[in-house]
Amino acid sequence: MRALAVALLLLAGSPALAEPPPPPDVPLADAQLEAKAKALMGELRCLTCQNQSIADSNAGQAQAMRVEVRERIASGDSPDEVRAFFVERYGDWVSFVPPAREDTALLWAAPLLFLTVGALLVARRFRR
Amino acid sequence: MIPELGHFALWLAAAAALLQAVGVTIGLWRNDEGLMRLAVPSALVQALMTVAAFGALTWAFVVSDFSVKLVATNSHSMKPDMYLWTGVWANHEGSLLLWVLVMALSGAMVALAPATLGPRFRDRVLSVQAMVALGFFAFLLIASNPFERLVPAPTEGQGLNPLLQDPGLAFHPPLLYIGYVGLSVAFAFAVAGMLEDKVGPAWAKATRPWVAGAWAFLTMGIALGSFWAYYELGWGGWWFWDPVENAALMPWLAGTALLHSIAVVMKRDALRAWTLLLAVAAFSLSMMGTFIVRSGLLTSVHAFAVDPTRGLFLMGLMALYIGGALTIYALAAGRVAEGRQFALVSRESALVANNLFMSAMLGVVLVGTLYPMALEASGGAQISVGPPYFNRTVLPMLLVAAILMAVAPFLGWRKSATGHLASRLLPAGIAAAAVVVIAVWPLGVREIGSLLGFGAAAWLGVASLSILVKRGLTLNAAGMALAHFGVAVSILGATASGALQREALVTMRVGEAIEMGPWRAELMDVRPVAGSNWTAIEATLDVRRNGAPVAVLKPQSRVFVAPPQETTEAGRAGWRTGELYSVIGKPDGTGRWQVHFWVKPLVRLIWIGGLLMALGGVLALGGKVRAGARRRSAVAEGALPLPQAA
Repeated sequence: MRALAVALLLLAGSPALAEPPPPPDVPLADAQLEAKAKALMGELRCLTCQNQSIADSNAGQAQAMRVEVRERIASGDSPDEVRAFFVERYGDWVSFVPPAREDTALLWAAPLLFLTVGALLVARRFRR
Repeated sequence: MIPELGHFALWLAAAAALLQAVGVTIGLWRNDEGLMRLAVPSALVQALMTVAAFGALTWAFVVSDFSVKLVATNSHSMKPDMYLWTGVWANHEGSLLLWVLVMALSGAMVALAPATLGPRFRDRVLSVQAMVALGFFAFLLIASNPFERLVPAPTEGQGLNPLLQDPGLAFHPPLLYIGYVGLSVAFAFAVAGMLEDKVGPAWAKATRPWVAGAWAFLTMGIALGSFWAYYELGWGGWWFWDPVENAALMPWLAGTALLHSIAVVMKRDALRAWTLLLAVAAFSLSMMGTFIVRSGLLTSVHAFAVDPTRGLFLMGLMALYIGGALTIYALAAGRVAEGRQFALVSRESALVANNLFMSAMLGVVLVGTLYPMALEASGGAQISVGPPYFNRTVLPMLLVAAILMAVAPFLGWRKSATGHLASRLLPAGIAAAAVVVIAVWPLGVREIGSLLGFGAAAWLGVASLSILVKRGLTLNAAGMALAHFGVAVSILGATASGALQREALVTMRVGEAIEMGPWRAELMDVRPVAGSNWTAIEATLDVRRNGAPVAVLKPQSRVFVAPPQETTEAGRAGWRTGELYSVIGKPDGTGRWQVHFWVKPLVRLIWIGGLLMALGGVLALGGKVRAGARRRSAVAEGALPLPQAA
């Protein structure tokens, strides 16, 4: 019963007591742009969470980043440009897509490397 | 008093494991029958004492004995009863105690099961298993004592992470651990096989049930974990390529490869060395999973405690076991010949192809999971390797594997004819084409990856079904076909729930409605509700399809009392094999609420497919028993005799 009272208090009091709430998510009117923005949100990392994308996070910062993504996509930026903006501001870590560079060459080559080595081993067995 | 008894029982169990590891090994080495005979009784004592220790810890949780440090830091008297029981393993020490419990029980099962390879081999397996168990007992007793007391005892505990206060906790960890530990038995069989020079069809036949059983449990554990994440995290996703998920996926991939290669050893006495390596790898990856989850290298919901000394201890253990097993492998590999030959087009080759893809996927998941840590540790950049990387690399391999999987069961052993393939696979081909056409029109799917997913699911599904409907299948073949069918069902669910999903994110007042194609969801009410240790804001959404009522969803935004933490509880309802999924967000201060509403067609097939796979694994335990003895197994008909010269 007391718990219920607390909840009622929270419900009634929260808008007035709390700081102004962060702007809620408003989808872009253009469905195609919204889809682009959503896809990008799934590939950007929430910096204050544990391994969640900003699309999957309740954190305030993630919400602020979602707003930023929508604004930039709506103003005509391509998803790659928006990603580049966030990488510049927060570092490579913010993007779930690892960069394609020298220090990630091994990472991106891994699938082909494993398949090739495996296929060679199998081929050797058949030649014997 | 009871916690002290539990602690004492744990020491006794460790002592039994020591005797079983060292005494029996000396006995085997000296051919001393008396020492060897200790293996079975000490395995039973070890199991009994571990059960006692686990019982004591459970008792401390159930009566909320806050003088036990573990209970005080992880429990709360207001917690619902169910979580008093399952909370035992929702923490670092308790989950490790569960691990040794499962391990000791599986040791007892090995001890009591008929020793088909002779008592000496059984004793060897038990001694190897005890050596592994001993390391975990040492870890528990030295670095993670679950029975540590707290003086003075607090009057109340700190509570359990609300995300873990869920029925999923009752099943997900035990299922996973049974899977991991089942692979430890396969590991012990592999090491014993090498030490006793027993690797061959009889060895494979004795090992295979353990692999199949472990694989089935692991599959269920992962499927359940995925379902739990789906409904609990409140974002509608079901697989996040989180390092912790990858840690469970890697032993599963290795176990899948092992399950297929061990069939080749059993039927054709080929691929022996490779199979041994896989058995070592599968359990090593299970340990690595536990290591990277528990050491705090990765912080996530699963890393209950972050403590570097524990990490080092576990790393030492892992290095010891993997290094030891690989040394034995290197020494024995020369003696373990690769076995008999087979032609390029044969069942063996198909199983080798399975192993090639499983291993490559495993390699990619391993590299992707560890790369950021390795790069950072070597002074390089901080990068994230997330879903985009894994989806782009693993999914294409999975698709190719699924296409081959449909063909493989129709190939014969040794050297296969190919003439019958076209007619056998015709229905699958027609189904795949039909499903892709339906996906393009009327469903309007354009994305190439999704279309391939639909096609592969239909192809594999129909090909597997056409095996299942034949009479006179052995349970083994039926299990295989059912598991393959399960893979197809999961692929269909994953593809459809992504490609056909509808989603709306709306800020709305009570009385307003979301319109989305044929769907209409009206916000009827938002009110406070309370549970035993939480309060919440609950929305009521009335969902209709073409005007007809379908379901009432009640998403909640909860605030837990102990520990104080906010969670979202999704409001869900089934619709056919799909789901309606809703989340209530924050108010905007003017009486409007943020509501997120999804329609996810066929999404439940993802987990139903997982269950079918596990069921297939269990069926395969039946081996050569025929489901309905009438005709010869349809699967073996493609076999041709090899020319004598070969």
